[in-house]
Amino acid sequence: MTSGDIQKTQLHQLGVAQLAKALAGRQVSAVEAAQHFLARVKSHPELGAFVALDEEATLAQARAADAQIAAGTAGALAGVPIAHKDIFVTTDFPTTAGSRILAGYQSPFDATVVRKLAEAGVVTLGKLSCDEFAMGSANENVAVPAVGHDQAVPVRNPWDAERIPGGSSGGSAAAVAARLAPAATGTDTGGSIRQPASFCGITGIKPTYGRASRYGMVAFASSLDQAGPMARSAEDCALLLSAMCGPDPDRDSTSLDRPAEDYSRALNDSLDGLRIGVPKEFLGDGVAPGVRAAVESALAEYEKLGARRVVVSLPRTELSIPVYYILAAAEASSNLSRFDGVKFGHRARQYTDLADMYRKTREEGFGDEVKRRIMIGTYVLSHGYYDAYYLQAQKVRRMIADDFQDAFKDCDLIAGPAAPTVAWKIGEHGDDPVADYLADIFTLPGSLAGLPGMSLPAGFDGNMPVGLQLIGNYFGEAKLLNAAHRFQQATDWHTRTPEGF
Amino acid sequence: MSLSSSDIERIASLARLDLSAGESERMLTQINGFFGLVERMRAVDTAGIEPLAHPVAAVQDVTLRLAEDRVTEPDNREANQKSAPAVEAGLFLVPKVIE
Repeated sequence: MTSGDIQKTQLHQLGVAQLAKALAGRQVSAVEAAQHFLARVKSHPELGAFVALDEEATLAQARAADAQIAAGTAGALAGVPIAHKDIFVTTDFPTTAGSRILAGYQSPFDATVVRKLAEAGVVTLGKLSCDEFAMGSANENVAVPAVGHDQAVPVRNPWDAERIPGGSSGGSAAAVAARLAPAATGTDTGGSIRQPASFCGITGIKPTYGRASRYGMVAFASSLDQAGPMARSAEDCALLLSAMCGPDPDRDSTSLDRPAEDYSRALNDSLDGLRIGVPKEFLGDGVAPGVRAAVESALAEYEKLGARRVVVSLPRTELSIPVYYILAAAEASSNLSRFDGVKFGHRARQYTDLADMYRKTREEGFGDEVKRRIMIGTYVLSHGYYDAYYLQAQKVRRMIADDFQDAFKDCDLIAGPAAPTVAWKIGEHGDDPVADYLADIFTLPGSLAGLPGMSLPAGFDGNMPVGLQLIGNYFGEAKLLNAAHRFQQATDWHTRTPEGF
Repeated sequence: MSLSSSDIERIASLARLDLSAGESERMLTQINGFFGLVERMRAVDTAGIEPLAHPVAAVQDVTLRLAEDRVTEPDNREANQKSAPAVEAGLFLVPKVIE
C-alpha cells in the first residue's frame, strides 16, 4: 500500500515515514491516526506492552497536531503517534520506570527527548512496559500492572506468547512488532534497545553516548544510558533519531556540544567498498546455530551489495560482562539513593524513625533485581573495595574502548549477532540472574565504549526473529542507518509480521 | 573471594535496605555467583591505564560543563511536590529526627 492510497482501517501497516507523509498530505488526520492505534492497543492487552494510556491526553495532542498541519506550522513528524518507554518522564502520563517505588508518580516536566519529539509533532499514545529501572534483559522484572491487567505481568513476545520480548525496552519492541504503534522510544544501557529489537524482529538504534539528552530519563547507569528509537525500518529510525538528538547544555552535563544532524541524509549511499568487520569473538561456540546461520546469510547479502567482509578482534568481549555489571551496579546504587520515601513515590506505612522509614520504604518499593544491583553497587563502591572493583572496571572499560579503535583501523562498521540466541521462554532463566547477564555479551562491549549500535531483522531461527547488530564508530549513526537501509531495500525481513497482528 | 552473611548484612545497612532473612540468603548465593564472573576482571593487568568515565573521552577531550551559579528556574514548588508522600506548607514531612 502506498500513502497515495490510504486505507484508514489499515493505518497500522504504515511506518513513520509513510504516516508522516499521509498526515502532511491530509489524507488522514492526526486524530484518526491516534484513534486507530489506541483501538489497536486496547484490542491487544494480552501482550502487556502498555502500562499507561490516557485517551483524552492523546487526543488533545492529536488535535493540536491537526491544527498545526492546517495552519502550515507543523513539524516533520506532525501527528505521528508513538509510545514512550516508561523510563522517560512525561507530564501528560504517569511515570513509574516499572517500579512500585514510583507508583502514581506524576512528573512536573517532560524528558528532553519527549519534548523534542513533541516539538517535531509526534503524538503520545501512552507509556510502555519495561524492566524495573531498565534493569533486565527479558522484561520479566516489571513491577507495575499493565493496561488491562490488575497486576504486574511480563511482556509477551508477539512472535510467540510463551517467550520474552527481550529487555529492558521489551514493551517498546513488542508494541512495534505487533503494530500497536509505528514506533516507540527505548533506552539502551547495556543492550536494552538492540536486544529486544532483535528478539521482536524490529529495527532499533542507540546513538553515541552523549548524543541524546539523558534529562528526564529515570537514571540507571549515567555513564551508559542512551535513548534511541525503535521502529520497523532504518528509514523510520533515522527520522526519529534526527528529532531526538542534539546538545542539551542546560539540562545534561554529559550531552555533547555537537549540533543535531539529519540522519536520513546518507540512507541511499552506495555500500560499494564498505568494510564490515566481523569480530571473531562474536561468532564463537556460544552462538546458536540458527542465529549464526541468519547472521552469515545477512553478511553474504552485504557482500552482494558491494561490502567487503574482514575479520577483526575484540579480545575483551567476555570481560565486558563483569566490567558492565560492576559499573552499571555502582552507578545504579548511587542514582537510586534518591528513592527514600521523602520527595516522591512510595513511603512505607509503618516505621520507627527516619532511618527505618528509608530502609522499609526501599525494601518494599524495589524489586529483587534492583535490590541485587544496589547491593553489588554499594559493595563495589564501599571503603576498601573501590579500587579493586570500580576503578579496575573503569580501566578495563578504557581497554575495551581502545580495542574498538584498533578494530576500526581495518573496518568501517562492525557486525555480528545482537544476542547469542533468539528470545527464550518466559521463566526459563528461573532464579539465576547470571544467566541473563551472560546473554548480554554481544551488546555490552559497544555500550561500554559508548559507540552507536543498532539491530535490524536478519532472518529467523525456527519461528523467532534474529537481529543483526551493527556497531559504528563514534558519531557514525548516519553510516549505520545507511547500511541498514540498503539491506532493508534488498531484503524483506523487516516487513515480516507476527501471526495475528 | 566469597561474601559471607555478615557482609550481606553490612552492605544492606549501607544501602538502606531492610532485607528479610530469606532474601539475604538468596542474595548471598546470587551475589557470590556474580562475583565468580568478576575474578577474571580483577586479574587483568591495568598498570598505567587511566579509568574511563565518559566513553567518548576514549577519542576526544570531554569537559563536563558546569552551570553558572545563578537562579534560573521559576518557582515550581507545587508541581514538584505533587508526588511527595507527605507535604505541609510547602515542606516535605519526615519523621521527627530532633527531640
